[in-house]
Amino acid sequence: MRKNNMAKLDIARGRRATLLIATRKGLWQMTADTTRRKWRLTGPHFLGHVVHHCVADPRDGKTLLAAARTGHLGPTIFRSADRGRTWHEAKRPPAFREGSGRAVDHTFWLAPGPAGEPETWYAGTSPQGLFRSEDGGATWVGVDGFNEHPMRKTWCGDDKDGTPDGPKLHSILIDPRDSNHMYIGMSSGGVFESGNGGAAWRPLNAGVKADFLPEPTPEFGHDPHCVRLHPVLPDRLYQQNHCGIYRLDRPAERWQDIGASMPKSVGAIGFPMVVHPRDPDTIWVFPMDGTKVWPRTSPAGKPAVYRSVNGGKSWQRQAAGLPKTQAWLTVKRQAMTADQGSPVGVYFGTSSGEIWGSRDEGRTWKCLAAHLPHVYAVEVA
Amino acid sequence: MRVLIPGPLRDYTANAAAVSADGLTLGSLLADLDRRFPGLRFRIIDEQGRIRRHIKFFVDGVQAKNLDPALDGAAEVMIVCALSGG
Repeated sequence: MRKNNMAKLDIARGRRATLLIATRKGLWQMTADTTRRKWRLTGPHFLGHVVHHCVADPRDGKTLLAAARTGHLGPTIFRSADRGRTWHEAKRPPAFREGSGRAVDHTFWLAPGPAGEPETWYAGTSPQGLFRSEDGGATWVGVDGFNEHPMRKTWCGDDKDGTPDGPKLHSILIDPRDSNHMYIGMSSGGVFESGNGGAAWRPLNAGVKADFLPEPTPEFGHDPHCVRLHPVLPDRLYQQNHCGIYRLDRPAERWQDIGASMPKSVGAIGFPMVVHPRDPDTIWVFPMDGTKVWPRTSPAGKPAVYRSVNGGKSWQRQAAGLPKTQAWLTVKRQAMTADQGSPVGVYFGTSSGEIWGSRDEGRTWKCLAAHLPHVYAVEVA
Repeated sequence: MRVLIPGPLRDYTANAAAVSADGLTLGSLLADLDRRFPGLRFRIIDEQGRIRRHIKFFVDGVQAKNLDPALDGAAEVMIVCALSGG
């Protein structure tokens, strides 16, 4: 609550929204005027680096962490204490235990720690690994409760299995009421929960389909593409999965299929999941074609965002301003987000290098930037 | 010993294309290189001591496939970043 209220106040005070745009070729920033009508693109930082994620620290409003590697060079983390003006590399980036046989290919997901631990960050890697920093991202150590868990390989499969760009640990979610209560998502593996700060984990996938496995409703092995916890109602979880869209209201254990209410011609497959910063019932998804060979492009070449304002009971198509035809957009799981404004601004980046934004909660869309590299992640700073 | 540094690693060496480091083996040379230029080794050697994909080492012109080769009498180690643009 405190974080949201602070951010809302920032916008009310006229602080300009900034987008952090992580791409396959570097990092860019876009900064809006106070009305969010005009945007200015700056960058690149780390030109040529594969930047999988760049995240701002809501606890201090000035720290950014970026996960990067290059085609040649191994994975590392860069930290800025001045909103991206200067950067310093981590002294010890995420790395598996020597002798484990495992190597981090890239850090995929960055998550600030709880409000009461201002120097704590978490990182999820490809292949699936969970890491923690207690010094603002300078040094990272593995969370042994996951990385060394005897069931990890059974849950996740081999390090060479997984999504086309490598298996991933993502969606690191910390309960704002209890920092020991955490969730993670893995592609593949599923959603897992810890009640003791990551020392122990258990699968949390009941009700979620995995129709690509011999047993379509297994305990684990699922492919959640993106999982979100609502910041003001932390018992509410949503996920965009390889096999649909789901909602979970704790303490329930069984996910509800809210993708079934999507139009059949559009389907319920996509990568990102975005929650409204204040209304737990309002969410956005970006459907993509999941038929046959999984093209992962806008169904029929007609891109649209879908919004629900009732927790997934029904959905509205939001396509005003988006191309009407022959637009085969792909939006990755970290490449769609919302700001804290009122009305909320919603943004997404495409694999074809466009940034689209809506300053009215998805009702109308405008292309804010084009000709960028393949967009991996869009976050609000 | 002279170590030739490829362009992608020169942020670590203050843009120097050639630096000095010591070691009886390629592995110990890289440890010394990392002491002199912190962070450089992990970008080219993974946490299991394996040479990263697209990184090559040449000891006096002969490719080293791992970090074991002794450097007795060698004059130059070349680090190459190969075939990973685009």
